[in-house]
Amino acid sequence: MIAAINHSRFLKIIINIAALIALAFAIGISVAYGAVDIKLSTVWQAVFEFDANLTNHQVIQELRLPRACGAALVGAFLAVSGAIMQGMTRNPLASPSVMGVTNGAAFTLVIMLAFFPNVSNLGLTLASFTGAGIAVVLVFMVGSYSSNGLTPAKLALAGVAIGTLLSSISSIISLHFHLEKEMSFWFAGGLAGTNWTSIQILLISGGIGLFMALMIARSITILSLGEDIASGLGQNNILIKILGIVSVLVLTGAAVSIAGTVGFIGLIIPHITRFIMGTDYRWIIPSSAIFGALLLVLADVVARLINAPFETPVGAITSLIGVPFFLYLARGSGGGK
Amino acid sequence: MTPEQGIKRRKFIGVITVLIVFIIAMFFVSLSTGVIQLSPLDVLKTIIGQGTDKQELILFDFRLPGIVLALLIGAGLAVSGAILQGVTQNDLADPGILGINTGAGLAVVLFIFFFQDTFSMTSTISAFVMPLFALIGAVFAAFLIYFLAWKEGVNPIRLILVGIGVNAGFSAALIIFQLKMDPQDFRQATVWLAGDIWSANWSFVFALLPWILILIPIVLHKATSLNVLNLGDDVAAGLGTNVERERRLLLLLAVALAGACVAAGGGIAFLGLVVPHIARRIVGPTHQRIIPISTLIGALLLMLSDTIGKNILAPTEIPVGIVVAILSTPYFIYLLMKTK
Repeated sequence: MIAAINHSRFLKIIINIAALIALAFAIGISVAYGAVDIKLSTVWQAVFEFDANLTNHQVIQELRLPRACGAALVGAFLAVSGAIMQGMTRNPLASPSVMGVTNGAAFTLVIMLAFFPNVSNLGLTLASFTGAGIAVVLVFMVGSYSSNGLTPAKLALAGVAIGTLLSSISSIISLHFHLEKEMSFWFAGGLAGTNWTSIQILLISGGIGLFMALMIARSITILSLGEDIASGLGQNNILIKILGIVSVLVLTGAAVSIAGTVGFIGLIIPHITRFIMGTDYRWIIPSSAIFGALLLVLADVVARLINAPFETPVGAITSLIGVPFFLYLARGSGGGK
Repeated sequence: MTPEQGIKRRKFIGVITVLIVFIIAMFFVSLSTGVIQLSPLDVLKTIIGQGTDKQELILFDFRLPGIVLALLIGAGLAVSGAILQGVTQNDLADPGILGINTGAGLAVVLFIFFFQDTFSMTSTISAFVMPLFALIGAVFAAFLIYFLAWKEGVNPIRLILVGIGVNAGFSAALIIFQLKMDPQDFRQATVWLAGDIWSANWSFVFALLPWILILIPIVLHKATSLNVLNLGDDVAAGLGTNVERERRLLLLLAVALAGACVAAGGGIAFLGLVVPHIARRIVGPTHQRIIPISTLIGALLLMLSDTIGKNILAPTEIPVGIVVAILSTPYFIYLLMKTK
């Protein structure tokens, strides 16, 4: 993993506040740019002095604001779940998309859409938790039956294999039940469908996950020193791991049920955060949330502007940003041995 | 010849015979199944020229080119995988996982994107030009992966990880270009990405045939180098092999095979991975035997997958790449658990 810089506590707080301000500004930009460009001052008015008679205000309230907030939450959740996975497994490549978790969530989503077409949004979210869980269990099973345990290369390959298997079955189901359109949305990753209902689901389920993540942050720091050291310090590693996995499932499931398979955020952000914030997960987890939110809000703006008026899937944008980073990790600690 | 070698030789010939029998049987099953069922007798009659016009049309214009393509692509991908595994000394190498398929697919999609007005996509010219583009894309991807994985030599694990990364990057670029196309071209492009041979016609067959017929014998001729390289770089160099030169030549052969196959059948992953393993299990580590057996198993497996994809959920046709993935990922995961 990348060596951390030891910033002072004061500097860390300043960096986080600066990132929060940048996030607020990014959300503003995200709301202002689109098919119709709206002035930032109008955005401000639409939020704080809402006038239902103005179309621009309605566009902002009903379409753009939920979308920007959705992007921020999804980015935050994916980043935090990547941070927990990397901390728990001490594996630099651990993250929701590399491990096929996002494909697992999409897999159960398509099953629900095919066999229970009248399912509620909450049902879809629950389904994607389950799917995320199936993928995690499968990857860890491959790991625990492997002769050398889960080396970074094995983790990546197991993720590719399980992701491919689950997404292949999903494609068959979607082809047979004519759900290609719905599913291509999830596999490409996008935030176009976000509305206030989805924000509520995100806030509740993701909030629980985030809370759990913060609760175990200190224990993850200790766990990231190695399991022997952690149990030597009297820590109940099994309990922490179970709590960690549950929060990963809740966070990833919530994110995927809203935005589909957005790749690499959960991989990049924790590394960047560790580089800036040091090795203490009490800092890494909240900062990952802020940085992840910032990155996905900006990626979503790029996704809308790069080929306007058509939308590019935001998952493609985050992949293009994430791949060079993945290659850097693969050349370094990931594939050094 | 020692008695033991004699037994091995007889086993090798026996396996080849059994595989050819399977391929012929599967060939008839595949010809007679589909949306319109034909009895095996009708199929035989039509082949010897006794069928009705409608039966001839179904067999010779629709089913036969697809089946022949499946045989050729399966053989090509399997041999490509066998080379890659030998050259990288990595059991988990495959043109799909390494990103060579996606590189070829990206080149094909760019070709459709930029020259969509110049050529009609089903025309004979594009059937011959597209494999060339796919080849360029595959070579470019292979070069990029080799270059990025180079750090005082190429280590097999790093090669795989870099391949996974390059693959993800190409896929993202693919999506972006695909979405800029008009719906007709979009569908055409999706064909390559899912790994599908339903748009098969004879011009694709004749475009791919020379690649397979020329390249696989060359690979067979180079089987000794593969055996030597598989012992590890030090031993190979000690035996007087120019390791880097042989490795590059063999890589180029693998990439050419994969590129040509992707142009005709799209990004079919895992086939090139699983088949050489099965072949090695049956006939041992000698590449003179692995290559022919892989050719046959690859052809059989892809024809089988194609038939399953066309019939299991009829009238829904499942792209063959998806069937291959579902059939072979469990075996891949099993291999993953076994390898150190």
